[in-house]
Amino acid sequence: MADTLIRSLLVFFVRAVTGARARWVAPPSEGRKVYIANHQSHLDALAVWAALPERLRERARPVAAKDYWDCGPVRKHLALRILKAVLIDRTDVSRSHHPLDGLMEPLMQSDSLIIFPEGTRNSEEGLRPFKSGIFHLAKRMPELEFVPVLLSNMNRVMPKGRHVPLPLICTLSFGPSFRISEGEDKLSFLSRARQAILDLERAVA
Amino acid sequence: MDAHALWVVKGLAGLLGTATLLAALVAWRASTDAGRATAENLMARIKAWWWMAAVFVAIILTGPTAAVWLFALMSFLALREFITLTPTKVDDYFTLCLVFFVVLPLNFLLVSINWYGTWVVLIPAFTFLLIPLTTLSSGKMGGFLARVAKIQWAVMVCIYFVSHVPALLMLRIGEAEPGDWRLVFFLVFVVQMSDILQYVFGKLLGRRKIAPEVSPKKTWEGFIGGVLSASLLGAGIHFLTPFSATQAFGLALVICLMGFFGGLTLSAVKRDLGVKDWGTMLEGHGGMLDRIDSLCFAAPVFFHIVRYYFSDW
Repeated sequence: MADTLIRSLLVFFVRAVTGARARWVAPPSEGRKVYIANHQSHLDALAVWAALPERLRERARPVAAKDYWDCGPVRKHLALRILKAVLIDRTDVSRSHHPLDGLMEPLMQSDSLIIFPEGTRNSEEGLRPFKSGIFHLAKRMPELEFVPVLLSNMNRVMPKGRHVPLPLICTLSFGPSFRISEGEDKLSFLSRARQAILDLERAVA
Repeated sequence: MDAHALWVVKGLAGLLGTATLLAALVAWRASTDAGRATAENLMARIKAWWWMAAVFVAIILTGPTAAVWLFALMSFLALREFITLTPTKVDDYFTLCLVFFVVLPLNFLLVSINWYGTWVVLIPAFTFLLIPLTTLSSGKMGGFLARVAKIQWAVMVCIYFVSHVPALLMLRIGEAEPGDWRLVFFLVFVVQMSDILQYVFGKLLGRRKIAPEVSPKKTWEGFIGGVLSASLLGAGIHFLTPFSATQAFGLALVICLMGFFGGLTLSAVKRDLGVKDWGTMLEGHGGMLDRIDSLCFAAPVFFHIVRYYFSDW
């Protein structure tokens, strides 16, 4: 009950601060998706989550770094209970502890994921090279649909190292979904995913 | 509710009711796709006008403090549109914190407690001095003059100019107490009617372009028809104000001319930034700054004329 209230307040707050304008280049559709977005600030996961229509938001779980979110009771509660984030341990990556296993479980339950394939926040223009995690997800589940999301202005709202967000207007553009082609290799899939996000810069809603 | 307030509410309802009927007629008679698109845009604009008029009148009638903070909110929305589209740098973070979290609220606080002397210099003098200071403290000097100048410009237009509207509430004129809503209404009504009537005259009679490099849709016919008819309307509602009919006409004319100039100036800025509208928050109108661009430039001139010639202090 309290969590539901916090959730709606959070959506209102994030939308108010970031002016969060969602542009749907392709209309939103129901069902399990992996939203892949560029990464500019700590607010990004919240912004994508808050921009989704309520029905989709309920099942969308941000994938985030354990070392940032599993730190202090407020952040932890926010991550685990409010956002239902899937936390990834960046420090302990081994064969027995494969980070992808944690992502497969929510997908099996038809939850959606919000992933930042650049792996870390980017303070430069453009996109960093993508980590291969989304490729391995697609390999394991070829029917998985990926939705490209372009965040713009988030780095001005909360530059790296700052904690108070500036109330500038951010735009989140959601593009048409795509999936892995049969026999597609890592390089081709990742560059296609990257291009899908870059294309949103010029796409008209 | 006093007689003037009642008159304003009824008058606006009548005006918007008529506009809604006329727009319905236009929509009904439209036969081409372009005609239907115009009618649809017209309907969206009028619908937004109902909302804006209702909120504006309800709040200025509530009292001076509410009115000041309504303009503070409008100023905030305009400033965020301006800063969003003016590519400030990541290194301008502290300057923008200063502007959004200190200068903006302080400026309107000074208006709401009637502290004229400090309000009038806060932005043109003190903020002007502080912006380079916070910019220096970022340690990044690239494009220094352009960064400082853009932010100062945004602050002048979106905060300082906008605050001249509620600043009218500080004036004591004749037997009216300070905090009287009627001068604010006169200014906002005349400026907005001038925008609307310029659009209407332009659509009906527009032939000769007045500023093709800046606003290709603005015409001489729209300009002259709109400015004159809005000034006459201003003279028509002089009984709400301390002005005679002639004085009201003259002041309304100044308001309309400054408003036209403001619209052109901010269009030139938009053109420079490569955008068509400042935002999307008002259906059919664009952003907040698209709606109040004329008001920004008319308010300071109207305020100082009234303060100099009519105010008791």
